[in-house]
Amino acid sequence: MKAPVSTAIAIGVGVVVLLGYFVQIPFLTNLRDILVGWAVILAAVALFVGIGNLFLVHLHKVSRAPSGGFYSLVLITSLAATLVVGGLFGASSYWSVWIFRNIQMPVETSLIALLAVVLTYAIARLLRRKLNVFTGVFVATAVIVLLGTAPIFGFEIPILYGENGLRSLFTQIPAVAGARGILLGVALGAVATGLRVLMGVDRPYGG
Amino acid sequence: MNFIDLIISPGIVGLAFVVVFIFLMIILAVASRNQPKQNLREISAFTRLGRAIGLAVEAGKRMHITLGWGGLIDLKGASALVGLTILERITRLASISDRPPVATSGDGVLGILSQDTLSGTYKAVGAGFQYDPTSGRVTGLTPVSYAAGAMPVIYDEQVSATILAGHFGSEAALITDAAERNDSLSVAGSDSITATSVFIAAAQEPVIGEELFAAGAYINAGPVHASSLRTQDIFRWVLVGAILIGALLKLLGFL
Repeated sequence: MKAPVSTAIAIGVGVVVLLGYFVQIPFLTNLRDILVGWAVILAAVALFVGIGNLFLVHLHKVSRAPSGGFYSLVLITSLAATLVVGGLFGASSYWSVWIFRNIQMPVETSLIALLAVVLTYAIARLLRRKLNVFTGVFVATAVIVLLGTAPIFGFEIPILYGENGLRSLFTQIPAVAGARGILLGVALGAVATGLRVLMGVDRPYGG
Repeated sequence: MNFIDLIISPGIVGLAFVVVFIFLMIILAVASRNQPKQNLREISAFTRLGRAIGLAVEAGKRMHITLGWGGLIDLKGASALVGLTILERITRLASISDRPPVATSGDGVLGILSQDTLSGTYKAVGAGFQYDPTSGRVTGLTPVSYAAGAMPVIYDEQVSATILAGHFGSEAALITDAAERNDSLSVAGSDSITATSVFIAAAQEPVIGEELFAAGAYINAGPVHASSLRTQDIFRWVLVGAILIGALLKLLGFL
C-alpha cells in the first residue's frame, strides 16, 4: 500500500478508536468496537504468520548449515508433530494436553528455575561492575526481602518476618512508592508514543 | 437525555488531556526545531548505544534489537513501538554495514512490524536489496520460548550489542545473560516493573521507566520526539504537584 494511503488509514482509525473511548456517541462507540474487533482478528492472523516466520527461519538454518542446524531440526519436527496432533485430535485432547504437560511445561519450568541462578550471578556481576550506594541499596533490599520470604533451615529471623517486619515494610512502602513513580512515567511515555503514531510522526506500519 | 449530556462524560477530561498534550508537542517542536536536543541530560545507555552502532559498523558486527512479547493491541504495546523506532534508527545508521541488524520478538504482530520497519528503512535509504526477510524474526510465542529462541541469535550471529525495548518478564534475564557471556553490550528497558528490576541487576545499561520513552529524542529520531519528551516532563511536574496537593489536603482533612 502506498505510504500516504496507509498513513491516512492508520491515523483515521486511531482517531476514531480514541474518540470512541472519550466521547459517548453510540455510532462512534459501535464503530470503535468493530475496529478493535478487526484488530483482534488481524492479531490472531499475525500469530499464524509468526509461526510461519519461525518455521522458515529454522528451515533456512537447517538447509544452510546442516551440521549446526540440529536444534532447528528439532524445532521444526516438534512444531510439525504438535500441529498434526492438535489438528487431528483438537487442542484440548488427551495427546495435546500430554504434550503440554510432559514436554512444554517441564522445559519452560526448567528455564525459569535457571533464572534463579542467572539472577544471582547477575547480582554478583553488578557488584563488580558498579559498586556504588545505589547498588548497595538494591542488593541489601533484595537480600532482606529474600531472607524475609522463606525460613532458612526452618529458622525465621524475627526482625524480618511478620506484618511489622522489615520485609513487609520494604515491600509495602518504598517499593510500592517507587513502582508507582515508575508507572506514572511509563504511562506518560506511552501516551506520548501513542500520540506520535496517531500524528503520523512514527509510522511502524511501513507508511 | 439531550445532546450535551450525551457527549459530556468523565471521558471528556481525558480528551482534554490528549488535546493539550498534542498541542504542547506541536508548539514545543516548532519552538525548538533548530536545537531539538537542547537541555537533555545525559543518559549513559544512549551514549553507549550511539558508540556501539559505530563500532558495530566498523567491526562488521551485527546489532540485535529484541522487542519483547507484549503485542500491540493492549497497554503493553507502547514500549514495543519505542523498540521499533530504535530499530528504524539503527537500521538507517547501520545500512552501510555488511551485517544488517536483526530484530527478534515474541509476538506475531511485532514480527510483521519489525520486518516492515526493516524493509521500509532499507528502501528509504536506497538499499532495498539489503533487506533479508529472516532478519525480522518471531523466536517463540510464549515468554520463555521467546527468550530461549532469542539467545542463539546473540551467540551465533556475531552480535556486538543487544537492545531490549518492549514488554518483558523476568525471563529477559536469560537474554541479558546471553549478551554478557557473548561479551556484547546490553541496553535494556521495559514498561514492566518486573523486567525493570531484572534489568537493573542483569543489563550492562539499564534504561529505567520513562527513560525508555525518551529513546527517540536521544537517538535523533526527529524534533517531535524531543518535544514529546519535554511535554512528558511538563505533565510529570503537573502530576507531582497534583499528588502533593492531594496528599496535603488529605492530611488536613479536606478530602
